[in-house]
Amino acid sequence: MPTSTHGYTTSRKVYKEMVQSIETRKWGKLGLFMSRLCKNKPAMAGLVIVSLLVISGIAAPLIAPHSPIEHDLSSMLAGPSWDYPLGRDEMGRCILSRIIYGARISLLIGVASIGIGLAVGVPLGLVSGYYAGKADFFMQRVVDTMLAFPGLLLALVIIAVLGIGIRNVVIAVGIAIIPVYIRLVRGSILSIKEEQFVEAARSIGSSDLRIMFRHLLPNCLSPIIVQSTLHMAVAILAAAGLGFLGLGVSPPTPEWGAMLNGGRLFIRGAPHIATFPGLAIFLSIMGFNLLGDGLRDATDPRLRGRG
Amino acid sequence: MSQYIIRRLLSSLLVLLVVTILIFVMVRLIPGDPATVKLGPEATKVDLELLRRYLGLDKPATVQYFLYMGNLLRGDMGISTRSGLPVTTEIMSRLPNTLLLAATAILIAIVLGVTIGVIAGAKQSSLFDAISMPVALFGVSMPSFWLGLMLILLFSVKLGWFPSAGAGSLRHLILPALTLGVGNMAIIARMTRSSMLEVIRLDYVRTARAKGLTERRVVFVHALKNALIPVVTIVGLQAAGLLAGAVLVEIVFAWPGIGRLLVDAIFSRDYFVIQAVVLIIATGFILVNLVVDIAYAYLDPRIHYQ
Repeated sequence: MPTSTHGYTTSRKVYKEMVQSIETRKWGKLGLFMSRLCKNKPAMAGLVIVSLLVISGIAAPLIAPHSPIEHDLSSMLAGPSWDYPLGRDEMGRCILSRIIYGARISLLIGVASIGIGLAVGVPLGLVSGYYAGKADFFMQRVVDTMLAFPGLLLALVIIAVLGIGIRNVVIAVGIAIIPVYIRLVRGSILSIKEEQFVEAARSIGSSDLRIMFRHLLPNCLSPIIVQSTLHMAVAILAAAGLGFLGLGVSPPTPEWGAMLNGGRLFIRGAPHIATFPGLAIFLSIMGFNLLGDGLRDATDPRLRGRG
Repeated sequence: MSQYIIRRLLSSLLVLLVVTILIFVMVRLIPGDPATVKLGPEATKVDLELLRRYLGLDKPATVQYFLYMGNLLRGDMGISTRSGLPVTTEIMSRLPNTLLLAATAILIAIVLGVTIGVIAGAKQSSLFDAISMPVALFGVSMPSFWLGLMLILLFSVKLGWFPSAGAGSLRHLILPALTLGVGNMAIIARMTRSSMLEVIRLDYVRTARAKGLTERRVVFVHALKNALIPVVTIVGLQAAGLLAGAVLVEIVFAWPGIGRLLVDAIFSRDYFVIQAVVLIIATGFILVNLVVDIAYAYLDPRIHYQ
């Protein structure tokens, strides 16, 4: 049947070609993204720092030279030595081991609190941006109210309500991050929801839920990933800040902010106690900032150097 | 324009109202109650009941909220359970210190940040640019509480130039203000630089150069004015966050401000003080944001506010 050959086979061929071109474009985009990222030296430096952080977090028991909680009051405040390269703290514990184990705590708090931010913020942002109208208005007022509290203040109040402990720090930091994700996703959705592919999906009878999660969400993944990387820095800083105020993880858990707080009182006689944990916080934050900036530049080079 | 300002004002008032409700609810979720905290575990039931009635805690929550709002409008924020003093007195004795610290910090941040940003932007790829931008990145990533301790170590312990704690003189102010300002300075410098880079390539700047103006005049008079528009927003956001950021710096330098008051209040569960300080910081944050939005509308007439 010539017509079927022409009608059916040709359209199938065209379809195959389209899929192929889309695939190439997709991989091409990823390739482009990777090459942009790899050429960005500061971003690569960030990636190295973040990788070191993750490795020391995961392999802490293998890398740490001593136990992070074993104390020895006879050699408290001892300075750096061969056995204890970063010295000992006010309880005679190994500072290097505590910093290595502390990476675990910081990463855990960062990842878990961002998980809370994503799990609550993304769906709310999707609904807010997609439906607009009253739901959006209401949601935006809630976001306005939450954003009326600077992040650290909100976290402080939540800790006051929930009490100290690692779980509560995660909840406090996570809740403080939620409004940022709502705003981000809503903004992205508003800019793409009038596009043709959404109309196409709607015209073939896709449900709102399907459109939101299958069609719209994948299109705002890159700002979400960039934001999450940058937010790891914010979460680590917030957790360390709470720890420094004595409102974070309970002792003797090796947490960088709490270690810094412990060393604060000995800044005159034994400055190494406060110096090294602070350096760890600083480097981690810088690592995530560099990587986040690099990811942003690689996804959208027009934004290079902003902010 | 005036319609925009009125609408923005009303929405800020609405947010402020919701904030008071939220703070009221959150503070009541803190475990225990003010009466038990004040009288301790030894108190008799009768005493507790009397104090609860005195503090108005025996009334339904909605009534308590309206009483709280009524008192708030009269400037009465309750009595501190820790010191026994009126919360308003406690706050008024400390708020000026925090405001002084925050204002000095933002001043340092603006003056140094804009200057560094303008020079780095105007002389892109110069040595100054190559050095100042990585340094600015350090500043962005630097935890203020660590920087504060390091400054104490260097300037108080080693060099003995500045006192490490307390308030009362200009010498006391410099280290805490610098600590609080550095992060903001770095952000402002980066923002000014990138904004400057965009503006400096525009036609009108080329025209200014072409008509023979000095480079200094081109950069500081022609380019800077337009480059500063996005910087204003950043400065506003930074300034608004400073009151909260001051909490950590006040602890490092034993600075007698409301941030330290808040942390002490959280430890001793001083409910009315927590409530008041959080409300003041949030109100400051909302007010500064409002001012920034209005300033932005004036500065950039191209933007039409819907």
